[in-house]
Amino acid sequence: MLGYIVKRVFLMIPTMIGISIISFFIIQLPPGDYLTSVLASMADGGQNIDEAEIARMRRIYGLDDPMIVQYWKWISGIVLRGDFGYSFEWGRPVSELIWDRMGATLGVSVAALIFVWAVSLPIGIYSAVRRHSFGDHIFTFLGFLGLAIPNFILALTLMYVSFAYFGQSVGGLFSPEYAQADWSLARVWDLLKHLWIPVVVVGTSGTAALIRILRANLTDELSKPYVVTARAKGLPEYQVILKYPVRIALNPFVSAIGWVLPQLISGVTITAIVLNLPTAGPMLIRALVAQDMYLAGSFILLMGVLTLIGMLVSDLLLAALDPRIRFT
Amino acid sequence: MQHQSHPPASTTTTTDTDTVLSVRNLSIDYHLRTHILHAVRDVSFDLKAGHTLALVGESGSGKSVTARALLRIIDTPARVTGGTITLTGPDGPQRLDQMTETGKEIRAIRGGRIGLIFQEPMSSLSPVRTIGAQIVESVRLHRKMTKQEAKAETVSLLRQVEIDNPEQMADRYTFEFSGGMRQRAMIAMALACNPDVLIADEPTTALDVTTQAEIMDLIKRLQVSRGMTMLMITHDLGLVAEIADDVAVMRFGRIVEQGPVDALFHAPRTAYARALLGSTLRLEAGQNRPAPPTQGEPLLSARGLTKGFGAKSWTGKTTWAITAVDNVNIDLWPGENLGIVGESGSGKTTLGKMLLRIVEPTAGRIDWRPQPGAAPRDVTAMDRRTLRTYRQAVRLVFQDPFASLNPRMTVKQVIGDPLYVAGGMNGAAIDRRVGELLELVGLDRSAMERYPHAFSGGQRQRIGIARALALNPQIIVADEATSALDVSIRAQILDLLLDLQKRLGLSFVFIAHDISVVRYFCDRVVVMHKGRIVETGTAEHICTTPSEPYTQALISAVPSPDPRNKRMSQRTRLSR
Repeated sequence: MLGYIVKRVFLMIPTMIGISIISFFIIQLPPGDYLTSVLASMADGGQNIDEAEIARMRRIYGLDDPMIVQYWKWISGIVLRGDFGYSFEWGRPVSELIWDRMGATLGVSVAALIFVWAVSLPIGIYSAVRRHSFGDHIFTFLGFLGLAIPNFILALTLMYVSFAYFGQSVGGLFSPEYAQADWSLARVWDLLKHLWIPVVVVGTSGTAALIRILRANLTDELSKPYVVTARAKGLPEYQVILKYPVRIALNPFVSAIGWVLPQLISGVTITAIVLNLPTAGPMLIRALVAQDMYLAGSFILLMGVLTLIGMLVSDLLLAALDPRIRFT
Repeated sequence: MQHQSHPPASTTTTTDTDTVLSVRNLSIDYHLRTHILHAVRDVSFDLKAGHTLALVGESGSGKSVTARALLRIIDTPARVTGGTITLTGPDGPQRLDQMTETGKEIRAIRGGRIGLIFQEPMSSLSPVRTIGAQIVESVRLHRKMTKQEAKAETVSLLRQVEIDNPEQMADRYTFEFSGGMRQRAMIAMALACNPDVLIADEPTTALDVTTQAEIMDLIKRLQVSRGMTMLMITHDLGLVAEIADDVAVMRFGRIVEQGPVDALFHAPRTAYARALLGSTLRLEAGQNRPAPPTQGEPLLSARGLTKGFGAKSWTGKTTWAITAVDNVNIDLWPGENLGIVGESGSGKTTLGKMLLRIVEPTAGRIDWRPQPGAAPRDVTAMDRRTLRTYRQAVRLVFQDPFASLNPRMTVKQVIGDPLYVAGGMNGAAIDRRVGELLELVGLDRSAMERYPHAFSGGQRQRIGIARALALNPQIIVADEATSALDVSIRAQILDLLLDLQKRLGLSFVFIAHDISVVRYFCDRVVVMHKGRIVETGTAEHICTTPSEPYTQALISAVPSPDPRNKRMSQRTRLSR
């Protein structure tokens, strides 16, 4: 098992190098650079800048260097000094901007994942065991509804409801008075009051999908002979279900760790904008629009790394759960 | 719950004092979407203490669901609609049919008083928990024991079922066990709480003959030493003759004949029992087909055929972890049926696949003569294009008639596919040819537009054969083509193949683990063991007077369908 972990961690290194190269080149792909977009907006504002001045700035920022040199400067800074470069747009080092956002993203992801698990596990088991019952049809209906409703509409609705009927302040992760405060019980409570909307919004589609997957998997497993064996032993029904087929049908739950995070970043950016969440998605979009390359590149790189870690964690958990994976 | 101490008045036979389990007028219905299927109707039988009752029948006769109904674990669409099940123990009779399905009383019976063993040793144990954990669980459910005591009891049980190193093996997972060992573990689990009754549902169907003989020995020995009563469900009359005391023959959900085993085999009363016995005995007898000449030029001859499985090490040197087929030489003459026999893992399927070059041989050559008298061509050296002509002449029939037909293709598409792939035929011509082929294999032309699910196992196998015949092949490689079929269907399919051979001049390579089928069908037999050929000879010679010790052990492990002439229990044993 230890050897397996070491091997997996070791194998992550080339993947990370690949991700860093690809993310750097992706942000270089659009024609022009940060200065072009600055010039464009200045020209819109009726300003003019001296050609020599532009060339000087290009040289300072290193925008004239060949791509490989720029990549090397960027990646060596990150690896050797923890320096993610400088955000042109914000006028601050990227590392100052990025960590809060990544923390919030990770927080919302974990909360959403727990929500997805907590809701879909019992419902999935119920739907599979009582297949074609009234309750199963109700959950199936709600599940498809959850899949079909666009996230941002659900977000808007929940915001309206909680504002209009419960009088909560909505949007963001904290009320204004707690936004800059130190951590305290009151602040945590305030966070929870805000967190439920994004968690429900982000989690709904994942929950619906996972319920369907669990229902299908468990339905297959329920008819396996080992379930009859367990029943023939004289085990109580709930133990028969939980100890045997559910244990095997759980695999997609663990794999969910791997995909919830990327989904949260790329899939729910609109939701994050609507809810004004301080997560990575909205900032990444702005950085891409403004061609703020170091900021955007760092985001993409960190997302990639986080996804890799998520995959690693889910694979290790899978191996712990299923000896067939562990031994091969 | 109402306690009834007397069996109901409808009892026809008198209940003896030593009757452990008594079933009266049991009926089970399947509530399907469109109609109700009466799977079991008015079934009555008694299990006497220490005796073995065999419930025999072909697939779909309702024997398995009957066994499960005794434990009240039938699947949801099925429902017990009538009858009584009475289990007599030290504290008086108990009516199992009146207990609630998930209640405490029935759970105490399951595993505690009645143990169950299944057919599938592969899937009847959970793959994600250790063998030991699953047995410990069973022990602790019914006997008040601490974890340590249960663990010790588990080890002793594993020792009783003759698993080596039981301490270590208890911590292993099912996939680290072989099929026979899994079945042993399963038996250990079923016996964990000293049940009075053991229900064995096709306990050895998925195993080799030699493993089957060992497992049946074990069950028999444990039964005698514990004084257990056994209900054995099987389709194999040979096995019934070897171990049962009484037999009940089921057909379409009814028991058609019931009595002592000797009476069934030597004086069957009903036509169905006679027919069932007849198809078993016919295979046993062998056929008197004149063997084709084995002089002259063989159609197909393999020399030094070898296949190793394993990996290249990082130095680039190849080491074979397993040599599946090791330096095998075989010849197939025109019009001949060559049987390849062996236990699972003996390399017979790999050999068959290499003959078709579905699996690339590691070494050796295969020479093939497109026509008699033509120059031989080396199959192993063929390029993709010439290989296509070879594969048109050598076709394959598979074991599993359910998995080998695409459920989303009509029968016409299934059979017409090789014609379509070969090209050169338009739609109408393909239609005509498919119709001919269907009639050739004894199906109606109207079957063309239907999908495979509409056919029974035997009919599907006919479709598979029609597909193999589509391109007028020379040779058919049949890999366990009849082992998934019922005995009576098996004989029909073998007769069909023999008839086709006569009409179309085919040659067969017939891979099987079932000796009686091989004896009936084949002219010459090759016995394989651990990738090597042990013995080659005529079918009659191999099946009656084999010369090699391995072949003798293999042949004598085949159950003989005659209770007065038991073969399996007096078999030749190979020291391992």
